[in-house]
Amino acid sequence: MSDTPKTSASSLACGEPQSGSRRRFIRAAGCAAVAAALTGCGNLTTEEFLQRNFRELDKKELAEIIARLEKEYTAKFRKKVTVAATPPMPGVVFGYALDLSRCIGCRRCVYACVKENNQSRDPQIQWIRVLQMDKAEGVNVLHADPYYDPPLVPQEGHFYMPVQCHQCKNPPCVKVCPVKATWQEPDGITVVDYNWCIGCRYCMAACPYGARRFNWGEPHLPPEEINPVTEYLGNRPRPKGVVEKCTFCIQRTRKGRYPACVEICPTGSRKFGNLLDPGSEIRYVIENKRVFLFKEELNTQPKFFYFYGV
Amino acid sequence: METIRNFRRFCLDSLRLVVVGTRAYYGWVAFLLALMGLGIVAYLGQFQDGLIHTNMRDQVSWGFYIGNFTFLVGVAAAAIMLIIPAYVYEWKPIKEIAILGELLAISALVMCLGFVLVDIGRPDRFWHIMPLVGLLNFPSSLLAWDVIALNSYLLLNYVVATYLLYCAYTDRHYVKRFVYPLVFLSIPMAVSIHTVTAYLYNGLGARPYWNSAILAPRFLASAFCSGPAILLILLQILRKTTRLEIKDEAIFKIAELMAYTMGFNLFLTAAEAFKEFYTNSDDVVFIRYLYLGLRGHYTLVPFAWASVLCGLVAFLLFLVPKTRKNWVTLNIGCVLIYASVYIEKGMGLIIPGLTPDTLGEIYTYRPSLTEVGVASGIFALGFLVFTLMLKVAVPVMLGDFTMAKRPARAAAAA
Ligand code: SF4
Repeated sequence: MSDTPKTSASSLACGEPQSGSRRRFIRAAGCAAVAAALTGCGNLTTEEFLQRNFRELDKKELAEIIARLEKEYTAKFRKKVTVAATPPMPGVVFGYALDLSRCIGCRRCVYACVKENNQSRDPQIQWIRVLQMDKAEGVNVLHADPYYDPPLVPQEGHFYMPVQCHQCKNPPCVKVCPVKATWQEPDGITVVDYNWCIGCRYCMAACPYGARRFNWGEPHLPPEEINPVTEYLGNRPRPKGVVEKCTFCIQRTRKGRYPACVEICPTGSRKFGNLLDPGSEIRYVIENKRVFLFKEELNTQPKFFYFYGV
Repeated sequence: METIRNFRRFCLDSLRLVVVGTRAYYGWVAFLLALMGLGIVAYLGQFQDGLIHTNMRDQVSWGFYIGNFTFLVGVAAAAIMLIIPAYVYEWKPIKEIAILGELLAISALVMCLGFVLVDIGRPDRFWHIMPLVGLLNFPSSLLAWDVIALNSYLLLNYVVATYLLYCAYTDRHYVKRFVYPLVFLSIPMAVSIHTVTAYLYNGLGARPYWNSAILAPRFLASAFCSGPAILLILLQILRKTTRLEIKDEAIFKIAELMAYTMGFNLFLTAAEAFKEFYTNSDDVVFIRYLYLGLRGHYTLVPFAWASVLCGLVAFLLFLVPKTRKNWVTLNIGCVLIYASVYIEKGMGLIIPGLTPDTLGEIYTYRPSLTEVGVASGIFALGFLVFTLMLKVAVPVMLGDFTMAKRPARAAAAA
């Protein structure tokens, strides 16, 4: 481990802890020995190993971590990559609506999402799953086909239902996470701290929408394909062994833009906005269209609404 | 001071005891070490490249590891099948061997923790889930509960077993006021580890197959079949290979208790199946996938029926006094019930819970070679722990291994 220029974990065992907090010191001391053992087989640094949950970090620590990540990503992808930790906007709770009568199942949203959010290309990870369903059966996952591949969409007798994170108001994934690595932000978006998740996949078992994806292997993203504008809790490159999911593109929406999937949709099936703003389009849809919630009986209270526009 | 010195002696003498043995003993230990080596090799690949070496995927995100974990929690809980008759009813024939149940629980828990550790994607971050140093999502997450319950149960069994052995070693009677409360505490705790583990699956609305109120009772019923089955076989082996006297009546009593739990277990399984199949709602697909196959996928079907069949035959063998008291049929019954529960509480629980997945997809999961290799390593570790503990415990129980009888050579060395 000593032939890497990075600080070795074992140096901390006898060195002094970086912060005065007693609790932190106990943690550091307790883990340093193990860190030394583990970093021996990987290239994990002490800082990485001892880094705490995002919500426990103070401003200075966060700035240091972000600087470290930016440096790491910039070197890895050979172009300037920025990592922001944009806070939620006050008075905003995001909502999403999807028009089932318009969606043609072209999957452009899937690919736009992959590009925007830096999903691994190999192994492939996609946050949106479009289901082809039988018109005769209605919305029923037991008659859904996610691997439809006809030369032309839409197919006669079928309709298409894209599924992604529903940003539940009552999220089962957050409830079950044993280490508080995933939580709901004040603007209603459930995020994951990729540096804290232990990869137990309990949240995946708990999610009724199949929205959470796991990095089964080391994620690969060709440098020329990276979107260099990233968020800490959003689309920054992920490590292996952790869970990830749709964040309604917080890197865009927290700056007043639309999510990539909304922008790309050629049929205008996707509506997005602030649920707290009575004049927003999303509120118009909810108040005037025939809306339904997917798996409503589970009381997850999604902020993702399906509707029939025509 | 004296106690510390004696305890040190006890530890040193125990060490000495486990490193010498017969040829068969060395062979067995070498075999286990080789299996562990295999497990480590398999795990190293997974550690390097990630869980991609397993056959788990987003659709079936838990598999063989978590299945084994769940099964072994049951084995650990079953120690109370000895504790209750021994301490609550003060039934002497069992009281003499009750410690074996505790040792079995310790080994099973070691394997449980091993399976959890190899299943997580970031083993380097395991400290995040440790109480006090990490950030435990307690009481919201049942996995946080499970961490606490399993570790406390492990600690409790460890303390009691070590203390009892140490007392016997120093030729003193154990202090009743110390042991009894702990032993009695271990009864609700054994129930709690299995209940909490059941709740871990039970509380997920997204997975109707697990979301059944009788899941925890089913866990307990099956645990009290499989754990004692191991003990019964073990008792016979010990009886044959050592001077340890284990009375027939002790074995038959345990077998009789097992007959009840086996019957109850079958009843609960039937209750679940009736509810699903007769109601025939959309949620029937999971149990269909298990027993009948779904949309051309039949992977689990032979296993599911094998489990039911083994369970039934074992129940009959244990129910009829004549076959229960016949060594051949008794042992066949033990193997059958063990196999039955291993299927039912392992893959038979995890896989149909996740298949079809929440969006209706069927992904056929079969453990990869890596998973099988790692799992055998963990089982070998558990058996090794158990073997070493027995190596000390049996002579203590026989009264051969006490401070007074220390071999002169050892005494001189210490
Ligand atoms: S996989 Fe990560 S985010 Fe999900 S429950 Fe486990 S630790 Fe939490």
